[in-house]
Amino acid sequence: MTVLPETYLDAASTTPLHPEARAALLAAADAAGDPSRLYGRARRARMLLDRSREQVAAAVGASPDEVVFTSGGTEAANLAVTGAARAARRRRHLVVSAVEHTAVLAPARALTGQGFEVTEVGVDRFGRVDPAALAAAVRDDTLLVCLQHANHEVGTVQPVREAAEAAHARGALLLVDACQTVGRLPLDRAELGADLLVGSGHKVYGPPGTGFLVAGRAARLRPVLLGDERERRRRAGMENLPGIAAMAAALSARVGEAPAERQRLEGLAERLRSGLAAIPDVVVHGPPSDRLPHLVAFSILYIEGEALLLLLDAKGIAVHSGSSCTADTQEPSHVLAAMGAITHGSVRVSFLRDAGEADVDRLLEVLPGAVADLREMAELDSQAIERASRRGS
Amino acid sequence: MTEAQATATLDCLGLACPIPVVRLARAVAELQVGGVVELLADDPGARVDIPVWCRLKDQEFLGQRDRVGGGWVFRVRRAR
Repeated sequence: MTVLPETYLDAASTTPLHPEARAALLAAADAAGDPSRLYGRARRARMLLDRSREQVAAAVGASPDEVVFTSGGTEAANLAVTGAARAARRRRHLVVSAVEHTAVLAPARALTGQGFEVTEVGVDRFGRVDPAALAAAVRDDTLLVCLQHANHEVGTVQPVREAAEAAHARGALLLVDACQTVGRLPLDRAELGADLLVGSGHKVYGPPGTGFLVAGRAARLRPVLLGDERERRRRAGMENLPGIAAMAAALSARVGEAPAERQRLEGLAERLRSGLAAIPDVVVHGPPSDRLPHLVAFSILYIEGEALLLLLDAKGIAVHSGSSCTADTQEPSHVLAAMGAITHGSVRVSFLRDAGEADVDRLLEVLPGAVADLREMAELDSQAIERASRRGS
Repeated sequence: MTEAQATATLDCLGLACPIPVVRLARAVAELQVGGVVELLADDPGARVDIPVWCRLKDQEFLGQRDRVGGGWVFRVRRAR
């Protein structure tokens, strides 16, 4: 039994195992075999690996030979960016949105030390990339355009199809980080125009340590992990077969279940937004439409996000904060900064598939008091600082 | 053109968010309309949040400049 806090509102960070994923995980864990060997046990492992690959491919509208299993979304994104760059002949330019996950931004920026140039395209106040601005950034020597399917902090769905057109018009590849949408929103690789597509297992009710990259035929890749010829020479290392089987089972289940949950989750998000409107000086982030159904992000003025998390945690409520004010080396959220949004006091609430009104109501019961307490503390702190500075001057 | 004389100065150096914004909000409330406050801060969050706060609260963000010795100087005019 997964032990989660009473009210777990951080599904965008990670999700508990789906029952079908758990069954697949346990079954595969007891059937150890190296899929690259030739005896019976190995062949059975190969069959399970192949079946899992077909399930993942079917879930994202890809063909099985395009699927590369990795240790997670981060590795898949690194393989896509770095692997495409290593395979590039003349193209030396990348376009990234300013609000990509750091698993895309960091390997892209690392390439600037290796003769590549990176152009960052900004977003509007809703966190959405302007397709025309993105198209204008694509050049004849652009190798790769990177645009997430939906933003991980504020839930904005991006104009991926337009980005694909802009990339393909100049012969560039499109990389789509779909970690927040795989198994949540209808998703078809070909329809999106994604040459490379990244997914994560643990965000879709599979186990941590699993993920995948879909690499279409146009996308030439050099492996990042070297050592053998597994995964069609795109990723060396023994496949995590129990994890892969569990991720595939979770993904298959979720693609079937998610559409029926959408209306309920949107209703919960709306219930939360209306509740937040009663708290003074709360700014809700993200667009009014084209957004993830299960995610609500907001900033609460005059409080520290992490302090709020601790107060909520003490009441058994788990949410995420984009701001990290306690670690003074940490920069404000690059997503909120790019949107021109308040970065302090930021909170992200994201619902699990079985969330209900009681979860929202529990949060709304605790939140106003916690916010009032923290604001009072911030006010007292600043008054104390001012008294001290007057004495000092 | 010379800068408008600041009516108040707030030293928020070494203070993390949200304290610079909390102090700015009170300082602006204490100004006459048209008055200018100058705020010193070195928290990277302040660089994003101070102009955004001005926009949210319909106050006039006059600008920011790098401060000798680190951080930034922000200037805000009470607009209403």
